[in-house]
Amino acid sequence: MSNRILEVRGLSRIYGHGCPLCVESTGPENDTNICPHCSSVVAVHGVSFDLFRGEILGIIGESGSGKSSTVKMLYFDDAPTEGEAIFFDNGERHELFQRNAAQQRSLRNKRFGMVYQNPHLGLNFQVSAGGNIAERMLMSDVAHYGEIRRRAQELLLRTEVLPERMDQNPKTFSGGMQQRVQIAKALVTRPPLLFLDEVTTGLDLSVQAAILDLILEIQQELDTAMIVVTHDLGVIRLLAGRTLVMKYGRVIEAGLTDQILEDPQHAYTQRLVASNL
Amino acid sequence: MNIHYEFPLEEVGYSFGFLDEYAKKEVRRTILKAICIPGYQTPYASREMPMGRGFGTGGLQLTLALIGPDDTLKVIDQGSDDSVNAVNLRQFVQLTCPGVGVTEKLEEATLIQSRHRIPEVALTEAQVLVLQVPYPDPLVVVESSEARRKIMHAEADYSRLLVKLYEDIVHFDEITISHRYPTRINRHYVIDPSPIPRWDVPKLDQSPALILLGAGREKKIYAVPPYSVAEPLVFDDVPFRVEDFRDEHGQRRACARCGAINSFLDEYSDDNNAKIYQCSDSAYCDGQLAQHQQREVKG
Amino acid sequence: MQPVLIVEGLAKEFFLHEQRETIPSCSNVTLESREGKLTAIVGPTGAGKSSVLKCIYRTYQPSTGRIIFRDQAGQWLDLARADEHQMLRLRQREIGFVTQFLSCLPRKSALDIVAEPLVASGVHRTAARARAGEMLARLAVPQRLWGVPPATFSGGEKQRVNLARGLISRPRLLLLDEPTASLDPGTTDLAVKLIEALKEDGVAMIAIFHQPDLVRRLADDVVELAPPMAVKGSIRECLS
Repeated sequence: MSNRILEVRGLSRIYGHGCPLCVESTGPENDTNICPHCSSVVAVHGVSFDLFRGEILGIIGESGSGKSSTVKMLYFDDAPTEGEAIFFDNGERHELFQRNAAQQRSLRNKRFGMVYQNPHLGLNFQVSAGGNIAERMLMSDVAHYGEIRRRAQELLLRTEVLPERMDQNPKTFSGGMQQRVQIAKALVTRPPLLFLDEVTTGLDLSVQAAILDLILEIQQELDTAMIVVTHDLGVIRLLAGRTLVMKYGRVIEAGLTDQILEDPQHAYTQRLVASNL
Repeated sequence: MNIHYEFPLEEVGYSFGFLDEYAKKEVRRTILKAICIPGYQTPYASREMPMGRGFGTGGLQLTLALIGPDDTLKVIDQGSDDSVNAVNLRQFVQLTCPGVGVTEKLEEATLIQSRHRIPEVALTEAQVLVLQVPYPDPLVVVESSEARRKIMHAEADYSRLLVKLYEDIVHFDEITISHRYPTRINRHYVIDPSPIPRWDVPKLDQSPALILLGAGREKKIYAVPPYSVAEPLVFDDVPFRVEDFRDEHGQRRACARCGAINSFLDEYSDDNNAKIYQCSDSAYCDGQLAQHQQREVKG
Repeated sequence: MQPVLIVEGLAKEFFLHEQRETIPSCSNVTLESREGKLTAIVGPTGAGKSSVLKCIYRTYQPSTGRIIFRDQAGQWLDLARADEHQMLRLRQREIGFVTQFLSCLPRKSALDIVAEPLVASGVHRTAARARAGEMLARLAVPQRLWGVPPATFSGGEKQRVNLARGLISRPRLLLLDEPTASLDPGTTDLAVKLIEALKEDGVAMIAIFHQPDLVRRLADDVVELAPPMAVKGSIRECLS
């Protein structure tokens, strides 16, 4: 059996009505992602990659490069204009974009996890931290109160949220702690695939280190495959085995992370690396 | 109002049952659809009634669409047949449905319209219970978008409602919902069973009588068909509890009037400001009282 | 004895887009590495010694040449063209790399950092910690430092942690880039003993040593590199 968990082919997303010239007149060579003929935004074009069980893949690029859009489509926050993605799960083969809305929601709630940069997207601020974790368990048909409490406690302990804060509303938490609750919430269903969208951006350095450390430990413990989106080369270096470099919606370079950082091939990557390190 | 007043035939501005035939036809079709999809909130064109929204216009439209000259109607408001609301609705039906019988005795009624209670004595297959509903959607407390609520209902995704219960247990050690307890019908749709107390929720399960719920202002009709499964939303390890009416010594309180110890009790204050408890279902209380008196006479 | 690795006609040059310049790093390198043998790469600064190791580890994408590796299953594959997932798998199980610098997560204790390669290959955390402790003891890292993140360590202590981590998983091929650079003579001897033990265990090694006497003590083969042209170094060094 192959260890492949995700196969993405030709993923594209155009905002606007699009025209036949959109693709050829945008991209890194044209130094824009806005089509000069019809003003459509080519956010993502022709992104393809494979992801294996337990692997961490980094996607790096500046804002507007399409890295977040790519992940959003895979998490069904947005629909692609073209392309396919196949998710392999327990011997089952899910063509992500062929599934109906209910199946997509079910995959999203049970088999995927997402940690957003903005905790307001990932957390429900109407209920307690524990309630947030309970919600995802209840979606997966765990209906035993004691069991829910126990697992929520366990996870919050694991993500280093103080147990006495479990029943408090996360809006009273610090940014780092909100991120931890988000990670706990994403992990409670033990998803085989986790998306991390700029999770450490905006946190101070010591908190960043703690969160990265946590992510790595979890990856080792649960063998979770992850896609890490960031503009921070340091995050990629510490987390990802392989990295895609994106610019104007295209993957311009892909390779082993240390190779991307030490022997970048593309002019843009060379500039990126030189200016960052 | 003179209840003996009858419209002269040539002056009758309304058909039997106040609603015009098309309106009745629509309500009946909606009822059929609601029965076919137990617990599903079926939308319908709620008509203007000659009373304010919130006075039971949803229940009344169901009653008027269903009632025929050979029916006997009982109207209850919070368990009582003679509160203002019940009396007025009853008189309205009598006025607009000439020939229809009315009663306060449950066993005589074929059609029962009720607000906030289900009668203590079990209903029969020959009876239909109509409940007045102020807020039909149990999800409204957790999701403000109707479009998203519809999706949640369709996928039977009630996790956020359960989170509400979870938070209740976390903060108060028990589920604090006293009435309108979300109840799952035939293992799919969760309904708001109208503001009946928890005491009445088990009566929805496997009920021999058809139970129809109508929300006039919200324009929704839904049904609990006879012998449906009705399960209050709970956790596996936190069982559903009904009111136990125990006093400070753990003793079950009895009705001060008829002495019943297995009915839903209302709390009153007597002249000395002491609390007394009485059956909420007045017809049931009367029946118990009559039985006692009979026994006394015999004895 | 069959070779574990054969490098043939390896060359690496960097093309800098910004400067429109090609910088050669090493050229026409040919070497072989066998089980239980240590091949030392020697040559002046700028000869591209580190580049050879980095090409083998695929931190650098080789420009020309072949890097043939025989894996556990006896299959031969060209690392210069191997697919990234294959490469990641090999790095996890068969090819180790000890550099001059320790790079690790900021908050982790020395013990956990050393245990990391074992944990990643599936060893239970407690067992991995025990073996990490043994390793640190053999390199004379004082026990009071084991629970502390190495950020505050001296250069020599850091290097010992780095060496311990590199040697713990006992890969089939080990690349050593000046592993003893900042160690005092006493600790260098401890490191030499460890490397000798690995050799006896059958680990194939390719190493760069700062001190010529280490080459004499440890190397079974010596490959001498001449500088291809003037400049040497990674793109990072060239750009900064």
